[in-house]
Amino acid sequence: MSEPTSALRLDVYKTYKLFVGGKFPRSESGRVYEVTDRKSGEWLANAPQGTRKDTRDAVSAARKAFGGWSGATAYNRGQILYRAAEMLQGRREQYIAEVAVSEGLTAKKAAPLVDAAVDRLVWYAGWTDKVAQIAGNANPVAGPYFNLSTPEPTGVVGVVAPQSGNGFSLLGLVSVLAPVIATGNTAVVALAPGAPLPGLSLGEVLATSDLPGGVVNLISGRTEDIAPTLASHADVNALDLAGVVAEEGPASAKSLEVAAADTLKRVLRPESASYDWTTAPGTDRLLTFLETKTVWHPMGM
Amino acid sequence: MSSSSTASGHLAASGLADVASSEASLRRFLHGLPGIDAVGLQARASGLGTRSIKTTAKAYAIDLAISMIDLTTLEGADTPGKVRSLCQKAKNPDPGNPDVPHTAAVCVYPDMVPFAKEALGGAPINVAAVATAFPSGRAGLPVKLADTAEAVAAGADEIDMVIDRGAFLSGRYLEIFELIAEIKKACERPDGTAAHLKVIFETGELVTYDNIRRASWLAMLAGADFIKTSTGKVTVNATPANTLVLMEAVRDFRNATGVQVGVKPAGGIRTTKDAMKYLVMVNEILGDDWLSPDWFRFGASSLLNDLLMQRQKLASGRYSGPDYVTVD
Repeated sequence: MSEPTSALRLDVYKTYKLFVGGKFPRSESGRVYEVTDRKSGEWLANAPQGTRKDTRDAVSAARKAFGGWSGATAYNRGQILYRAAEMLQGRREQYIAEVAVSEGLTAKKAAPLVDAAVDRLVWYAGWTDKVAQIAGNANPVAGPYFNLSTPEPTGVVGVVAPQSGNGFSLLGLVSVLAPVIATGNTAVVALAPGAPLPGLSLGEVLATSDLPGGVVNLISGRTEDIAPTLASHADVNALDLAGVVAEEGPASAKSLEVAAADTLKRVLRPESASYDWTTAPGTDRLLTFLETKTVWHPMGM
Repeated sequence: MSSSSTASGHLAASGLADVASSEASLRRFLHGLPGIDAVGLQARASGLGTRSIKTTAKAYAIDLAISMIDLTTLEGADTPGKVRSLCQKAKNPDPGNPDVPHTAAVCVYPDMVPFAKEALGGAPINVAAVATAFPSGRAGLPVKLADTAEAVAAGADEIDMVIDRGAFLSGRYLEIFELIAEIKKACERPDGTAAHLKVIFETGELVTYDNIRRASWLAMLAGADFIKTSTGKVTVNATPANTLVLMEAVRDFRNATGVQVGVKPAGGIRTTKDAMKYLVMVNEILGDDWLSPDWFRFGASSLLNDLLMQRQKLASGRYSGPDYVTVD
């Protein structure tokens, strides 16, 4: 009996799913939409069409995870982010392929973008136990006590993932997501609707990195469904509008900022559409989603 | 018969007066009740849970559910301070919104009754006390009577008693009948009025639906004003199917005797969605007569916060979070 030739083998297609609460559910609507190759327009995969309800479920999951994640030691959070970088490195080839089709690049051009995403995770992993040194302080006092200011995570952060710019699909996503969770926040991410595949696969990396379920939640679907839900939800504490592209309508930066103001959210404004995500990030994103807690510590009493 | 004269009159008229005259006749009556089709019951209960209640109907249901809550704290670590803050919450569940109705009652241990009475002042909110060696019911009759009398003397408006599940499961029905009747007597106050008596079955420990139906009839025959599913202290608490058995029992009891008895599911009801399922059941099985805090209650603590969050969502259009309700 001869071996079956490879031409006879059926392709096994990947079913991309959401990442919510550490699990990989389909959208509660049961709907999917077609994701196509950026350059050729060919069908690549079906991505779940996440809904407003999926987004609310993700917010509940993120809130539930916040206590444990914000209470974890900075050292532990760093280890987990570093572990995520290791996992991403191990699946380099897959991500190169996904980034290439998502951004319309050759594999040769996509490879350094994936490597940069790995490096960025490592970079933020290093920041977890150092951020208190630049955002905190031992305040000068004139008495027998200490006065300490320490950074505390803001809470649940809604993130609109980058939708354009060099390296947006994976490097851009990691660049906005990692600083949010590095400091102890939990995140609900609206993935770029045109290029969700690297983001949906990132869920698989995070799920195998000891990251507690619910710390990162990834929703693909229409930004005009997901982003306004995050902006108006009273249990979301901050909003990163990095990838907002709409000029008007409910998913425009203006509408989202108005909705966020109603519930007193911290808001980070959109990056320019042509932003180069390979640029060195600096600490701005890391410091945006922090609150300052100041305590008086009596001594010698 | 130890129940009040009118109730025993109704029982006599319906031919049920002498079922408790002996252990044998009581057993014959309880085991003669029609058996329950467990599969059909569960299907009916889950079918009633699929109704979609939206907009104005939802707003009405939320306010009704809030007004039906017995806001409960039954922890070993309860303090007078905690009971006082619970009472404030019962009076004014959402401090930012005076339109929210108050709850029906607060439910505490007997020694906390004086603090609850004081904190509630003249507010039209009842104080319910759990008694009779709650939650296990493992104590002698004199202890249970003293427990009840103490709570009533301290001013409790309602007494939540537990039955002796051990006696029930070993078939000593008359013992339970007499226990309930004795406690009912202990609920009477010197001025002739009486505290309302709620009888808790702990349905999770009664094993079968048939047993739950028997316990319901037993309690109602002995003079219960309310029948209640659970203590909230075991793994299986109120479920829609268990509560449905209680509802069918009070409906049939009123048809047979003309006496209306209330129903209180307790334990494990945490979300607005759950509460609405129960309200749909009340409406479908019992009708408008029971759709008031006088005849239907929720025994719950965290349910109130979820109802308040849903109420805020309906009012503002924004989904709310635990930051916007009091933590307790």
